[in-house]
Amino acid sequence: MLAKRIIPCLDIDKGRVVKGVNFRNLKDAGSALKNALFYDKELADELVFLDITASWQRRKIVINLVKRVSRKLFIPFTVGGGIKNLEEIGDILRSGADKVSINTHAVRKPDFVTQAARRFGNQCIVVAIDAKKTSAHRWGVFIEGGRKKTSLDAVSWAKEVEKRGAGEILLTSMDFDGTKDGYDYGLTRRVSRAVKIPVIASGGAGKPEHFYEVLTYGGAQAALAASVFHYRRYSVKYIKNYLKRKGVEVRL
Amino acid sequence: MVVVVDYGAGNLESVKKAISFLGFSVCFSNRATDIKKADKLILPGVGDFSWGMKNIIKRRMREELVRFIKRGRPFLGICLGLQLLFEESEESGRIRGLGILKGRVKKFRSRKLTVPHMGWNQISIQRRRDIFRKIPDNSFFYFAHSYYVVPEEAELTAAFTDYGIKFSSVIVKDNIYAVQFHPEKSQKAGLRLLENFLKAV
Repeated sequence: MLAKRIIPCLDIDKGRVVKGVNFRNLKDAGSALKNALFYDKELADELVFLDITASWQRRKIVINLVKRVSRKLFIPFTVGGGIKNLEEIGDILRSGADKVSINTHAVRKPDFVTQAARRFGNQCIVVAIDAKKTSAHRWGVFIEGGRKKTSLDAVSWAKEVEKRGAGEILLTSMDFDGTKDGYDYGLTRRVSRAVKIPVIASGGAGKPEHFYEVLTYGGAQAALAASVFHYRRYSVKYIKNYLKRKGVEVRL
Repeated sequence: MVVVVDYGAGNLESVKKAISFLGFSVCFSNRATDIKKADKLILPGVGDFSWGMKNIIKRRMREELVRFIKRGRPFLGICLGLQLLFEESEESGRIRGLGILKGRVKKFRSRKLTVPHMGWNQISIQRRRDIFRKIPDNSFFYFAHSYYVVPEEAELTAAFTDYGIKFSSVIVKDNIYAVQFHPEKSQKAGLRLLENFLKAV
């Protein structure tokens, strides 16, 4: 049986892991490579590096990071953050990453998703969606790290990127991100039911039950979390053992 | 020297890094002369069947690849590199595969399944081959694909994987080894499998 995946996410600024609440108040959480190897040992199924570095050297820093990590890490990893052109995707994949995640630029230029999937294959194009509840049953899509509201509806946007060839959706609830109150199960369930490609749920993990809920009721194929792992509140292994006891298929 | 065939596929670098990590010297090549001289050949790849095949033909590697395998030299196909050994794929239209093994490449079709088949799944070993040395049955490997192979000869399937249907995830025939998953991304079990190919085979 296909196992449900647990994915630690590392927000990266200039090669260091950082973490904030609701995209604010960033704190240092150690070196990226060290964190990556630590999670590999803990049986993380994949890793996601979201690069938030805002400087002209950004690209060089990311490529160096990917090269360093991929020499020692033999599980899949995704790199995202500010990706705007096919050349950059090519550079990142050639340096050793398995997937890239695209967010803002996919919204601005949806054809970018189509082109990227055609050129590099669906399986390596992840579209990240930052969603926020705007009314009872509606979630709006936000871009630029959650700073800018768009007119898109999260569920229809998910369907569109699937049609355009995205291989996975990384769905973050902005309302729950950093709160540790649990994932947005309603949002995750809606999006998972609307598409056939895997959905990675993100934002709000605080307890083992949260992972269980989002992977069962929420219908997600994978659950991503950051602070709950970085501050060593729970280990990846602990979460996976918990899930296994509850009858969820995991790799242990 | 281990040669990783470079035909423009995306994940070549990870394959090379895994082999270097295991302490073997390895190079990329897209030249027929290097393929001819290789001790061991690895055909990696992700993505589209016809795209992969067209690139192999364009770089004039097709014949030399077939010759290498038919000479009985150790060969490992990974993911698309497994699929390309077969005759044809549902996604390829008129483009034919290398045709070294008999059978077809089909797409996962089921309402209930998430496609691509992406993530960690187990292999159920059917025939104990040297490539499985020190790898327990039901070990997890990392998959990322929407198509799977259906070999004509059932004996080719050394291990299968269950994803709604049971498909061949490891093929072994004489000097030919091919896996649907990505050993270079499958942590300990994956590295072990690569090492088995590099050392024992």
